[in-house]
Amino acid sequence: MTDTNETAFAEETARGLVLPGTIRRVTRRGMIGTTMAATLALPALAQNAAPAAGGPTAVIDVSRARTAPIPIAIPAFGGGTDAGDLVGVISNDLNRSGLFRIVDGSGVANASGGTPDFGVWKGTGAQALVTGTVTQSGSQLRVEFRLWDVLPGTQLQGTAYTTTTSNWRRIAHIIADVIYQRLLGEKGYFDTRIAYISTTGPRNNPTKRLAIMDQDGANNRFLTDGSWTALGPRFSPTRDQLAFISYIGHAVRVYVFDLGSGTRRLVGNFRTMTFAPRFSPDGNSIIMSLYQNGGSSIVTCSLSGGNVQQLTSSGAIDSSPCYSPDGSQIVFESDRGGDQQLYVMSASGGGARRISFGSGRYGDPVWSPRGDLIAFTRLGSTFGIGVMAPDGSGERILSESFDVESPTFCPNGRVLMFQRGGGGGSQLVTIDITGFNEQVLRTSTSASDPAWSPLLS
Amino acid sequence: MNIKLLGAFAAVALLAACAKPAATGVSTGAGATAMTSGPAPGSEEDLVANVGDRVFYGYNQSSISGESSTTLDHQGAWLGKYPQIAVLVAGNCDQRGTEQYNLGLGQRRADAARDYLVSKGVDGSRIQTISYGKDRPVAQGDDEQSYQQNRNAITSVQGHNPQEGTGASS
Repeated sequence: MTDTNETAFAEETARGLVLPGTIRRVTRRGMIGTTMAATLALPALAQNAAPAAGGPTAVIDVSRARTAPIPIAIPAFGGGTDAGDLVGVISNDLNRSGLFRIVDGSGVANASGGTPDFGVWKGTGAQALVTGTVTQSGSQLRVEFRLWDVLPGTQLQGTAYTTTTSNWRRIAHIIADVIYQRLLGEKGYFDTRIAYISTTGPRNNPTKRLAIMDQDGANNRFLTDGSWTALGPRFSPTRDQLAFISYIGHAVRVYVFDLGSGTRRLVGNFRTMTFAPRFSPDGNSIIMSLYQNGGSSIVTCSLSGGNVQQLTSSGAIDSSPCYSPDGSQIVFESDRGGDQQLYVMSASGGGARRISFGSGRYGDPVWSPRGDLIAFTRLGSTFGIGVMAPDGSGERILSESFDVESPTFCPNGRVLMFQRGGGGGSQLVTIDITGFNEQVLRTSTSASDPAWSPLLS
Repeated sequence: MNIKLLGAFAAVALLAACAKPAATGVSTGAGATAMTSGPAPGSEEDLVANVGDRVFYGYNQSSISGESSTTLDHQGAWLGKYPQIAVLVAGNCDQRGTEQYNLGLGQRRADAARDYLVSKGVDGSRIQTISYGKDRPVAQGDDEQSYQQNRNAITSVQGHNPQEGTGASS
């Protein structure tokens, strides 16, 4: 079956019909080796139904999928290797999004190499079908997958990926992202990672370590050894780096951790506490809080600590700054008006205006990558995770609990992750920005301060 | 243990203490040590037991209350008596705030205590401050009583921070 596809692939290449961008390196953030992708041509019987080159062919949009998840069948891939449960990882990604419903296709004969029997698949209720084959050669894994639109019986996508076998989970996430994008018309968020703080030990003297894992909780690893408390990691939008807070030397300061080399570097040379860091949208500078004289100011500086600019000087605690995606504005929290509220100002620091006016205090503002929402933590009689428009209108609380905080957006802005639970142990939770599909992400230790990475590929 | 014998030792020790009140810390037997020796003067234990190592704050507040100023007055006098001692003042918060905000609020509390000590004549270079935000609650409960205890600034002799276990300071 693999041979059939290889033949078709070769023929298509020879005729110049391969879709644009067919071969690409997908590990811009090259932590885990090289992955190659190639677009597969259609099996002979389906060639006439090839989509226009590069044209998105969304089946439905996200809004509709929220109320009616797309039924999709992902039967076991052919090829017979035990490289890993790719189908399980893909299914889990799509299922957790709340926008797909996995249809049981176990009773349907395996058609991984050729054109599926669409008549049979229609009978299962599946609207979309994923088929694939996995072959292994030495330490190399090759995964071919095809996405089919069952009702018209057409292929939406056919791609082959080659990578080192240990990298198999990334291939699965990349395939899940392709499925998401082809069926919903926007980029997915599955080939991503979560940085967070892992907490162990007694509550009054906890060990807090910087940790990172795939967005589905797999491949967890600890980046610091717990000698010093670590807090509040944030991803660089452009490099394989995290900004975070550490208590190294009994001083609270912002550091940048380089994921490639495993080294950390102090940001700037400040005599007082620095905290609440985030990267600028271009990744070249850090915006953070600098404690001074009973309050904290919002400052920016380059990654090497140079070019320090002070953007606020209210004397209050001005903190948790976050740029708008276009870099033109900054949302932050301040108690300049008496208690903690959200403000938006220009990126140069002027014209701060308050945007939060509901009951309670507000903190942890974070601007959606889509630009249309600001997520926050609201503190009243309970804590709430909510969203509002950047002008403060349309406030909605998505989740409430004794202690929920630290929201972070997935790269396409459709899902928030946050922490729930207090000092007695907290867990990471995801929720759709409309407030449905709240799910716990299992971690091996108490987990807090999540930060969602950009797409890796 | 012979209770009568222990009583006899204690009586002797008491007499010794009366005769030589300055001879604290000299062990005179099992029962006598507790009678005559407290914590070593100028030690972390001395600060905790005889001076008071912490002051408390109102909810979302960092101002020094009357009760706190009394404690800080004692700390200031104690630091005047032991000029070689440097201290760490750690500001802490209860759980009812976001982590990032509480880092700032905890630092405000530590600074308020430090500034008070400086106003009483303590050289500011002897006082290091740090904020633990809400990450190191001294009381474990999720109730108002615990919250009150956790809104504090704790003064400790450098190197003897009660909020830094061995694992966190290596």
